[in-house]
Amino acid sequence: MHIRHLLYFTILICSTVPRQLKAQTTDTTRNEEQLMDILNSEDSKPAKEYTTATFKTTRIGNGHSIENTPKGVLDFRVSHRFGYLNQGIKDFFGLDNATTRIAFDYGITNWLMVGVGRSSYSKEYDGFVKLRLLRQRENGGFPVSVSYMGAASVQTYERPSEIPDTLKYYFSNRVAYVNQILIARKFSNTLSLQIMPTHVHYNMVNYSKDQNDVIAIGIGGRLKLSNRISLTAEYYYQLPGTQLHDPADATRLTKNPLTLGIDIETGGHVFQLLFTNAPDITERNVIGQTTGAWDKGDIHFGFNISRVFTIVKPKGFENSRNKIW
Amino acid sequence: MKKLLIAVLLMNGIALSANAQKFMTRTGKVTFFSSTPLENIEAYNNQVAGVIDAKTGDVAFIVPIKGFRFEKALMQEHFNENYMESDKYPKADLKGTIVNLKDVDFNKDGNYNVKITGKLTIHGVTRNVSLPGTITIKGDNITASSKFSARTADYDIKIPSLVAGKIANEIEVTVNSILKKM
Repeated sequence: MHIRHLLYFTILICSTVPRQLKAQTTDTTRNEEQLMDILNSEDSKPAKEYTTATFKTTRIGNGHSIENTPKGVLDFRVSHRFGYLNQGIKDFFGLDNATTRIAFDYGITNWLMVGVGRSSYSKEYDGFVKLRLLRQRENGGFPVSVSYMGAASVQTYERPSEIPDTLKYYFSNRVAYVNQILIARKFSNTLSLQIMPTHVHYNMVNYSKDQNDVIAIGIGGRLKLSNRISLTAEYYYQLPGTQLHDPADATRLTKNPLTLGIDIETGGHVFQLLFTNAPDITERNVIGQTTGAWDKGDIHFGFNISRVFTIVKPKGFENSRNKIW
Repeated sequence: MKKLLIAVLLMNGIALSANAQKFMTRTGKVTFFSSTPLENIEAYNNQVAGVIDAKTGDVAFIVPIKGFRFEKALMQEHFNENYMESDKYPKADLKGTIVNLKDVDFNKDGNYNVKITGKLTIHGVTRNVSLPGTITIKGDNITASSKFSARTADYDIKIPSLVAGKIANEIEVTVNSILKKM
């Protein structure tokens, strides 16, 4: 009997002691940490979020970057390219001459953007679509982003005088097409790189010895210097054998375009200041028809200005107190 | 003796279950509002995780910075890239205690005003804070709400002079989250 009582007593003690011990250790900070652990433990599987801000804006310099304008956002873009720097003080280092492209880009969805533009260089109208195909994800997700960019443009010069009157000059002769796959990776907060296999088709070329299709591989990158300033570079290598000849000199080939720039971001604007040997802004001209040579000082100074407007309010802002205009 | 033993064991069991009374959410809402004559900026976040321990009065909230949604997409990018540096500081959190826990009866429906003191960490900077709040109890759910202001300068968030007129020095933060019994 005594033994049984002793046993009961022991069980009783044992069942209460852990509780007392627990009560002693529950000091506040400890408990807060435990709460934090509860919150952290369940979301410890790292979220495979999409990588954002691989580039500052939808263009690296002349060509497209992996970025899209978000859904419902209109991007008004003005680009200028001045004359050659090597023209010296006579032309004020090229600033006397400028070509302009005015354009509107719009995000229909977060994965589809469209744009239209007009350039003064060859009195050209252009339009493009850019589609997001794959997106880089953080924390061990897909390693690169992939987009497709397709563009068509029409130059509206007068009928070239070289074409004999006996031949008809069709509208289609003015048209060129661009297909591009953009593959980009944001390696770190400061470094992003992009590769762009590109195909440009010209319905009409200057010489019978030229073929109508130019194939090029582009490479571009961004190096962030501070939260608001980054350096950019972009180069297209045209595959030998597909290059066109210089319209001004049939014995020379066109040059590969190299663009070096600096992105400056201020509130709702992004300014891109750049130096390039390409005289114009559209891919058709930049990739296949650049004739200036960097080593001879055939360099244009230029800039792109981008100003975005939110046209369609995103969800959740129906009653917001925002003043956005 | 047997009966006493059973009674004690039972009571222990009840006490332990009361110990474990915690309320939690993973879809809490936090909004902030910056108001200046030039521009009003409002953003919301529906991915807030929070837990309240009814026994000790301890509270913890975690706010993923990338979860904030803005009306202007570019603003959202700037918020993450330039101001909050969300790659470096992905979360803001609050660790605190309800000071007047005895005023709150978690078993009775009603509104209770509470005061929370603790540590608020934003942008990697931790500061001691004392926040006013309300706890509304309805059955197994409690709604925790709070409105307070935070100074950007206190949390080392740099605002360049160019946009200084558009971003308020003091940001109004509103918490409104429904927590369920765990």
